Amino acid sequence: MKLLEPAEELDGFVVEECLHSGGMAHIYRVHYADGRRDPGFPMVMKVPRMTPGDGAENIVSFEVEHQIMQVLSGTHVPRFVAAGDLSNVPYLVMEYVHGHTLDHWLEHGEPPSIEVIAQLGAAMAHAVHSLHKQNAVHLDLKPANVLIRPGGSAVLLDFGLSCHAHYPDLLAEQLRKAVGSPTWISPEQVVGVRGDPRSDIFALGVMLYELATGETPFGTPQTDGGLRQRLWMDPRPPRMLRADLPEWLQEVLLRCLEPEAKDRYPSAAHLAFDLTHPEQVKVTERGRKLQATGFCIHFKRWLRAAGRQYQPSPIPSHQAEDVPIVMVAIPHKDATDATLYSLRQAVDRSLGLRPGARLACVTVISPGQSNTSSSENSETQVHRRYLTMLREWAQPLNLDNHQTSYHVLESGDVAQALVRYAEGNDVSMIVMGAATHGVQMQRFVATVPIKVAMDAPCTVILVKQSLPFEALVDRKAQQWMDRDAPF
Amino acid sequence: MKLALLSDLHSNLGALQACIEHARAQGAQRFAVLGDLVGYGAEPVQVLDAVMALAQQGAIVLQGNHDALAAFPPNESRAMGDATALWTHEQLSLEQKRFLVGLPLTAQIEDVLLVHASANEPQKWRYVEDERSAGASLDAALALPGVRYVFGGHVHRQTLYYRSTGRGLMAFNPTPGVAVPTPRHRHWIATVGSVGQPRDGNPKSQYALFDTTAAQLTFHRVAYDHHAAAAAIRAAGLLEFFAKRLEDGR
Repeated sequence: MKLLEPAEELDGFVVEECLHSGGMAHIYRVHYADGRRDPGFPMVMKVPRMTPGDGAENIVSFEVEHQIMQVLSGTHVPRFVAAGDLSNVPYLVMEYVHGHTLDHWLEHGEPPSIEVIAQLGAAMAHAVHSLHKQNAVHLDLKPANVLIRPGGSAVLLDFGLSCHAHYPDLLAEQLRKAVGSPTWISPEQVVGVRGDPRSDIFALGVMLYELATGETPFGTPQTDGGLRQRLWMDPRPPRMLRADLPEWLQEVLLRCLEPEAKDRYPSAAHLAFDLTHPEQVKVTERGRKLQATGFCIHFKRWLRAAGRQYQPSPIPSHQAEDVPIVMVAIPHKDATDATLYSLRQAVDRSLGLRPGARLACVTVISPGQSNTSSSENSETQVHRRYLTMLREWAQPLNLDNHQTSYHVLESGDVAQALVRYAEGNDVSMIVMGAATHGVQMQRFVATVPIKVAMDAPCTVILVKQSLPFEALVDRKAQQWMDRDAPF
Repeated sequence: MKLALLSDLHSNLGALQACIEHARAQGAQRFAVLGDLVGYGAEPVQVLDAVMALAQQGAIVLQGNHDALAAFPPNESRAMGDATALWTHEQLSLEQKRFLVGLPLTAQIEDVLLVHASANEPQKWRYVEDERSAGASLDAALALPGVRYVFGGHVHRQTLYYRSTGRGLMAFNPTPGVAVPTPRHRHWIATVGSVGQPRDGNPKSQYALFDTTAAQLTFHRVAYDHHAAAAAIRAAGLLEFFAKRLEDGR
């Protein structure tokens, strides 16, 4: 398509300056023509270089973006405004988002601090999770396609290679060739698998590796053989390249970069969780190692990878729901043994159905409980006491296949603290007592469980305490006595 | 224009009514019945009355293999479907049988070709059940001037086939109720499922709605009283297998 001139009108939009002129498309700033007020945000128009009649690959990817942009929502994608008819004048009008792309952090001298890396990573993982929950997978995540708003949240751009489970995948092919950007493409995309949400986790891992070390884990291969390396090869441990990189962050990075999708984080929410709770990351050999993987191991994996073939991908939202983050709220006072027991039973059942699900055990204490003056009641001491209580509570559970973490929140408003925690960590399910914190479930007063159930962004399971054992015993005894009574 | 695509009604009046009602609520302006009005089910007379009424209002109606079979039933049953063909034949009025015999095998509206089975020799009732058979049907249809879309039934399944970057077709399993963009610069072929006898394990009725202006195809699933339809089959003394099939949806 020919270049648009400033002040030119197209379908009710007036074109302003050209912001970007790429190989695939031009991006112009636009506003409404008929004096209509803009929708509350600035707008840009993306116009592909070619038209559908040309049949070139780049129009296919524009068609994909055209299809997917119209149905995505939320704060992690630019808001969609309008789309031109593909066979007539193809274009997309969307929100212009302020911020820097991730390139900004990569191209500006010093590598960012560990805190900044974790913040950027968590912001990106939240954005990616929001996309996966909408049944879409990005499949071309790279620094140029991630925008960080001034407030720190991430916005994903360019859905030209994406895949949405509700629509035919126009880029799928019988011959299954790699579609993506060589530096960030996941191993399964290399063998033609499109649509696995864990492919995006891999790309996030590559970006985090770049942020941490200034290097790319697999380079930018130009050949098929070079691309296939990531099917079997471990990248050099980032701690070899950056001495101050903590073990927990290496653990997180390398887990994202596992060659087999099943060994990576099962969802982006799990990744965000680890990046926001470094102290809870379980460091394994993967996080500690300071040497590259040896030849023998790589050779064995290479043999296995030689036979890698196409496999159908899990539906993105199913994949994310099947491995949820389950949060259990444990009362720390006035809780009967029966309540604690019932909560444990409920958590056990929930986790039993969902292999790989992550468990977050949370308790909320009032801010007055710790103070800075007395050493016995210092914040760390108080938190340690409650963390031990949470661990003791969880101890009887079989948590072999479930990453588990323990959190003490300080807040005067228990319900609000629980809801905020669930929102901030993409929790899929809250398990809590129906009558915790000493207040029985009431019909008219909004108790903590009722407030949480109303405001929570996810499913809430309210657990009723099972009958205490003593009462059972008492009743049995009463029955025997009744029977023995002479008539 | 929104065009409702109903196929494989199989003498199931409740399912047909539910789909027509659903389609009207979705804004359907025109109906196309893609064959197999009768066979298997217990209400051939009522279904034909309903379809003939639709035809009078401008609906396109095509002939399916079971319609041909009911008009000229075989003397002996070779397949299970043949058994109901003779019974159906006895139920229908002469006018209804004439209507079935007079139905065309294909029809074209704008750039849409409609056919019961495959556009590749429609009278042979070939199944469009995979990428290859869909390709053969599409290729035959594209020989006709101006065709971009081929919609059919016969296989009792909802599938959309499209050409992506490769040469062959790709199969896509649609999500019910989601409008799938099917832009005109590509070629598309779909099987719209069965109104009266779904076979994918879900007893809900299947049909599709094509928006010719927006170039969007939406596959729908519609609940109806499938227990009543199964009871009618039992009451008519037809094979238990067909009653069970409606209850299980397979």
